[in-house]
Amino acid sequence: MNIVVCLKQVPGITKVQIDPQTNTLIRQGVKGIINPFDTYALEEGVRLKERYGGKVTAISMGPPQAEEALREAISVGADEAVLLSDRAFAGADTLATAYTLATAIQKLNQYHLVICGRQTLDGDTGQVGPELAEMLKIPFVAYVSKVEEASDGVMRVRRMIEEGHEVIETSLPAAISVVKEINTPRLPSLRGLSRAKSAVIPVWTAEELGADKDLVGLAGSATKVVKVFFPQRVCRGEVLQGDPESQVDALLGKLGQAHII
Amino acid sequence: MGIRFDFDKCIGCGACVPDCPFGLLDVVDDKVHLREGCTLCGACQEACPYEAIIIEAVEQAPADGSYRGVWVFAEQRDGRIKGVAYELLSKGRELADALGAELCAVYLGHGVDGVGELAAYGADKVYVVDSPALADNQEEPLAEALSELVRQYKPEIVIAGATSLGRSVIPRVAAVLKTGLTADCTGLDIDPAARLLLQTRPTFGGNVMATIVCQARRPQMATVRPRVFKKAAPDGGRKGQIIKMDFSREGMTSKTRLLSFVEDLTEKVKLDEADIIVSGGRGLGKPENFELLKELAQVLGAALASSRPPVDDGWIPYSHQVGQTGKTVSPKLYIACGISGSVQHMAGMQTSECIVAINEDPGAPIFEIATYGIVGDLFKIVPLLIDKLKKE
Ligand SMILES: Cc1cc2nc3c(=O)[nH]c(=O)nc-3n(C[C@H](O)[C@H](O)[C@H](O)COP(=O)(O)OP(=O)(O)OC[C@H]3O[C@@H](n4cnc5c(N)ncnc54)[C@H](O)[C@@H]3O)c2cc1C
Repeated sequence: MNIVVCLKQVPGITKVQIDPQTNTLIRQGVKGIINPFDTYALEEGVRLKERYGGKVTAISMGPPQAEEALREAISVGADEAVLLSDRAFAGADTLATAYTLATAIQKLNQYHLVICGRQTLDGDTGQVGPELAEMLKIPFVAYVSKVEEASDGVMRVRRMIEEGHEVIETSLPAAISVVKEINTPRLPSLRGLSRAKSAVIPVWTAEELGADKDLVGLAGSATKVVKVFFPQRVCRGEVLQGDPESQVDALLGKLGQAHII
Repeated sequence: MGIRFDFDKCIGCGACVPDCPFGLLDVVDDKVHLREGCTLCGACQEACPYEAIIIEAVEQAPADGSYRGVWVFAEQRDGRIKGVAYELLSKGRELADALGAELCAVYLGHGVDGVGELAAYGADKVYVVDSPALADNQEEPLAEALSELVRQYKPEIVIAGATSLGRSVIPRVAAVLKTGLTADCTGLDIDPAARLLLQTRPTFGGNVMATIVCQARRPQMATVRPRVFKKAAPDGGRKGQIIKMDFSREGMTSKTRLLSFVEDLTEKVKLDEADIIVSGGRGLGKPENFELLKELAQVLGAALASSRPPVDDGWIPYSHQVGQTGKTVSPKLYIACGISGSVQHMAGMQTSECIVAINEDPGAPIFEIATYGIVGDLFKIVPLLIDKLKKE
């Protein structure tokens, strides 16, 4: 099974800090990491390869330094990696990103499965997976928590929905997005680390991809940010004083008065 | 195209640096330096006293003006319309009125009833596609039917719930129509002159809000999480036109098939329908302690929720998680026990009408949004609360 894993390098911040003076995000010294949700996609790709044979190709669209993320992918089991990098790709929204990735996936040799993370830490939309599946004209199953079986041209997966989970059968090739419940990503092996170090990671530009310049980056983006602001948190609260007994009494009094309980 | 700096004009004064909401600007060797991730929001351009920052917009053809009207995707499951559809119709009514346009609901499924309700919540028209191919909510036929309807009737705006289904169908539709889509909007407004949908959403885990538009392409599409907008009171006297579409054509096939469905039964009271939610965090210490919260939930008739760490540690199923990567809730009362109030958690519950926080750390950020705060040990407070409620 030939598997393509799409991943993104994101700023490695779990807790975004805000400079209270200037009201901006503090980004200094922040290292790029593989989008945490994509590490599960990568791990699942590697596990499926171990189960069914084939190879895993990691692809990422991003600035030249996103190569680090791809090396990391190789260190945990990806066989090959391709970086899609070009100034023309900058400023891409999900539509332009999906187009760029889909074009690259088509250029790769025959693939059976595309795996994405459920969303990114920074953009946080979860739209790229289904959009690129549509562009590739393949089915997409979101929020997969288990790949039950894959064989000749079909795959059976479990996916999470609000009400529980569904078992879905899909023909291959297909694309899926995975949730963190699906696996526990492994740490790099020594062999993996040395492979990652010496791996040659090709960089594909818009021209090498044969991508339509009007469909990538800013030019290919349908949406545009017109304003950015910080949410106002108004402190409206009241801290209830006293010993536990009187705190609880005060709370019940307040909630009763407000007809909440 | 994009952002440029005129280094003949830039003196490296740094006036722009604090104004970048993403903190991407620095002064290096007396010249401004921009890191990756610029959204071209223009804040730095306004701040620059020397007009050294140039943001070139992409030349875009004006939007096709023949698109008119606001559509709401009325998601159903087993023939039952989801609550988020009514919330979106209530919002959609405001948007349609601001545009002087009609509001339509689109119902795609098999075995349809209750579509009259959609009119009561504001729809002027309801487009119905009733087909066995749509029975199991498989994405491809849904996306195909919705895209086809949009091509035919050309609405200027399409909004849908950011449910697990909406999140996978709607991006497909946007890709078919080659238009823009904004995920998880928390604010939707109209710029009436330009007939633009102003789509506001949190990014960076709720730390920054961004307003996004789709200028040149139509329709303008957005998803909204359940419980973000409030449902208006239904008007049973309102009549809408119900238009049954014939989609019995071939091609509506699916490469995916539903084999089985297993319901999550741990949730007795559904989180997104509950008036009261009792929620526990890492402060509970161990899985058994959820029993205490279950008891509180029981006496209050409340639903049980959790922050992420208890879910990660397997104390409680994922369906109970509230927050950025869980559910968004907006009950009348949200009782947070042993939850610190990370931005990711607050993103999922901060619109609750009344928030009670029980936490032993007076500096916990949850107190910043709590209506009533109790600084104390939850293992003392909660049992007392249960006792007193039982006596009442
Ligand atoms: C991309 C991303 C997505 C995320 N999505 C979510 C999400 O959807 N939902 C979510 O909740 N989190 C999410 N998180 C995690 C989030 O950042 C926090 O780590 C998490 O919300 C913290 O949970 P907590 O408040 O339960 O735990 P902590 O932050 O550890 O807080 C525990 C609190 O309990 C208090 N406490 C301890 N003992 C007692 C006691 N005996 N009595 C009273 N108080 C006590 C402590 O004072 C402390 O404030 C996400 C993180 C990332 C990076």
